[in-house]
Amino acid sequence: MTPDELNAWREQTRQAMAFRNAPGQDTGPLPGGIEKELLICAGGACISSGQPSVEDALRKALAKAGLDDRMRIVPTGCMGACSLGPLVRVLPDDVLYVNLGPDDVAAIVEEHLVGGTPVGRLLYRPADDADPIPRLADIPFFAHQEKIVLSNCGLMSAESIDEYVGRDGYQGLAKALTAMTPQQVIDALMASGLRGRGGAGFPAARKWQMLADAPGDEKYCICNADEGDPGAFMDRSVLEGDPHRIVEAMTLAAYATGARKGYVYVRAEYPLAIRRLQLAIQEARRTGLLGRDILGSGLTFGIEIRVGAGAFVCGEETALMASVLGQRGQPQPRPPYPTQSGLYGKPTIINNVETLANVPAIILRGSEWFTGIGTEGSPGTKVFALAGKVNLTGLVEVPMGTTLRQVVETIGGGVPEGHAFKAAQTGGPSGGCIPADHMDVPLDFDSLQALGSIMGSGGLIVMDDTSCMVDVARFFMDFCVEESCGKCPPCRVGTREMHGLLSDICTGRADDETIPKLEALAEVVRASSLCGLGNTAPNPVLSTLRHFRDEYDAHIVDHTCPAGVCRDLLTFTIDYDLCRGCRLCQRNCPTDTIFRVDGEKKYRIEQAGCIHCGTCLDVCPFGAVKRE
Amino acid sequence: MPHPNKPTGDVSRALVDLNPPELAKFQQLEAACEYFDQSDEALIQILHRAQELFGYLRDDVIRFLAKRLRMPLSRVFGVVAFYSFFSTVPKGRYIVMVCTGTACYVRGADKVLEAFQKELGIQVGQTTVDGMFSLTTARCIGACGLAPVAMIGDDVHSALTPDKVKTILQGYR
Repeated sequence: MTPDELNAWREQTRQAMAFRNAPGQDTGPLPGGIEKELLICAGGACISSGQPSVEDALRKALAKAGLDDRMRIVPTGCMGACSLGPLVRVLPDDVLYVNLGPDDVAAIVEEHLVGGTPVGRLLYRPADDADPIPRLADIPFFAHQEKIVLSNCGLMSAESIDEYVGRDGYQGLAKALTAMTPQQVIDALMASGLRGRGGAGFPAARKWQMLADAPGDEKYCICNADEGDPGAFMDRSVLEGDPHRIVEAMTLAAYATGARKGYVYVRAEYPLAIRRLQLAIQEARRTGLLGRDILGSGLTFGIEIRVGAGAFVCGEETALMASVLGQRGQPQPRPPYPTQSGLYGKPTIINNVETLANVPAIILRGSEWFTGIGTEGSPGTKVFALAGKVNLTGLVEVPMGTTLRQVVETIGGGVPEGHAFKAAQTGGPSGGCIPADHMDVPLDFDSLQALGSIMGSGGLIVMDDTSCMVDVARFFMDFCVEESCGKCPPCRVGTREMHGLLSDICTGRADDETIPKLEALAEVVRASSLCGLGNTAPNPVLSTLRHFRDEYDAHIVDHTCPAGVCRDLLTFTIDYDLCRGCRLCQRNCPTDTIFRVDGEKKYRIEQAGCIHCGTCLDVCPFGAVKRE
Repeated sequence: MPHPNKPTGDVSRALVDLNPPELAKFQQLEAACEYFDQSDEALIQILHRAQELFGYLRDDVIRFLAKRLRMPLSRVFGVVAFYSFFSTVPKGRYIVMVCTGTACYVRGADKVLEAFQKELGIQVGQTTVDGMFSLTTARCIGACGLAPVAMIGDDVHSALTPDKVKTILQGYR
């Protein structure tokens, strides 16, 4: 294929994509007489909420109404609003239907597609008694986002190279190959200030430059798709919803740096992502966008997929390379850095999925466009996986520097009623917690670091007053204990000891010495571990100690857990006045420690035998069991 | 036993005594080794295939691969033991994987896990006596928007509460 042929291909498919390239504008019927397109989100979350049965019902209903030749159903990648799924977006009207079931589709076909009026009861409502918002662009969750990385996710079929080309796909590559030298590609990336989205925020172009400058012909580039941070799923969505973007970006990296071969290291937990990426690689090869003489430029490049096998440490560069070569994924000391001695001992770069996903747009639209978004130190956007105790969960992409408050309250709709925001956890097991009084912090690399947290891969988990921050620290330490590869003692032994100290606090066995010990140990583990896993393992502890010291003190000094999570510190009692004597608690108590109050139809808990399991609280229909 | 590093001739010759379904599996595994050119670096990919075929990585399967790929048994076993995806004990027909990632943890995954343990009568890492279910936990399956979640086989069950567990399991019995 030549660049001209690619352009002709794009022009042809652009017509078929007219609705999607300008949502909300009716540009007249598409080729083939298509009057409406029904985009149905086929992201992982929507599939598990029942998207297949909704799609099936929709196809049948369209056929029954005789509309299937004028209206087209397009299963797309993730639209982002996971808690509202299954989702259907009608174009060109740009009306979004939420939380659909198979029984709802008949109304959409009759009232909207035939009758022309959107079905009010199936639209998004900010609150139960609020007016529905029909247009996607008016829903706050979407209105405040700016999409670069996710610009195609949710707007096209992930399994169609045609649609990617119709969304300006491979145009960045064509521009680089025809009008730019490899050094100009690196310079453009350098000027854009793109920083690695996988965690540390290292400038992507610096890595590329080092690889380009490295001697020798044999060089490699690796895409790190081992998205191990619990709470982050943006890489999964990109691979499942827009896999060609990664193929294009890696080919750009190959052109700029001289790498001959690329590997994508994907975690085994993402079978759909693996399948779609495999298909994308095949399609690109078939159409001459991968392989020999790409777009007539003489560039030769191929990509292979390597599937991981469940080890968090493999997200670390040197461990990842060991795993790509079929070894145990244990890290190596650095230096030498991968750009000096990586895969097979040859110069190698490793870029995260989200970092790479920015590259084609930067090359196509220029670095000035990119630096116009975000902040000076952190240009561009960041995708956050918003989850936890927040009304709307899912993937959101916002310009860097957007405040935490805007993300949680405006986009996410705040925490569910009756509870209060307590903290947001960012950066997974290497990150920290941001408390409520810092809600106006701009989300960028440097501001988060100043608060003792990190951007990390972009997991953003909202916690309310039902989360105990000591238990949260223990939760992450438990993760690090389990995932430590065992190679170096500070990490292998240190995390275990820290976990023990945290458990002491949660179970009321801690004393004045516990926190100083914890802090000293944290410093040793941070400073002397071999790789990033160990270096950052103390972060959740240090950040909760910094912002929630009062909760630690409550556990240690007062032997209480303010959030009511640490069971050993709780006391369960039955309120005499509220008890109706139904005996449910007594029958369910696993230690038979609930007894009848003498001579009365009331019950009480004998504290000596209580194991604080909370069963009585869960089963009491009258709310008579109290937890303190 | 000959040194595992030494080529032992045609390893498939040792398979003639196997019953037909077993033999077919080993032949498919052979094909996978061929596909990857017997290469050392494809070990993880080949082990994935082996686990798919046999359900878990049996002793004889691991030994077979060590011979076939001409590498020390310790090298194969080292990789099997390192990665949590590989199992050397039999698994139930359905693997119940309760996600205990951060989002699920915040939304009560511990209670859901307890309900699965109670309902199945087994602890994490165990398999029910009838061989139907194995219970495991996952660090994050990337469905955080629907937390808490669990996977049974390939199905993701979302927004779980302890009282939904019984009904969900019923669907697989």
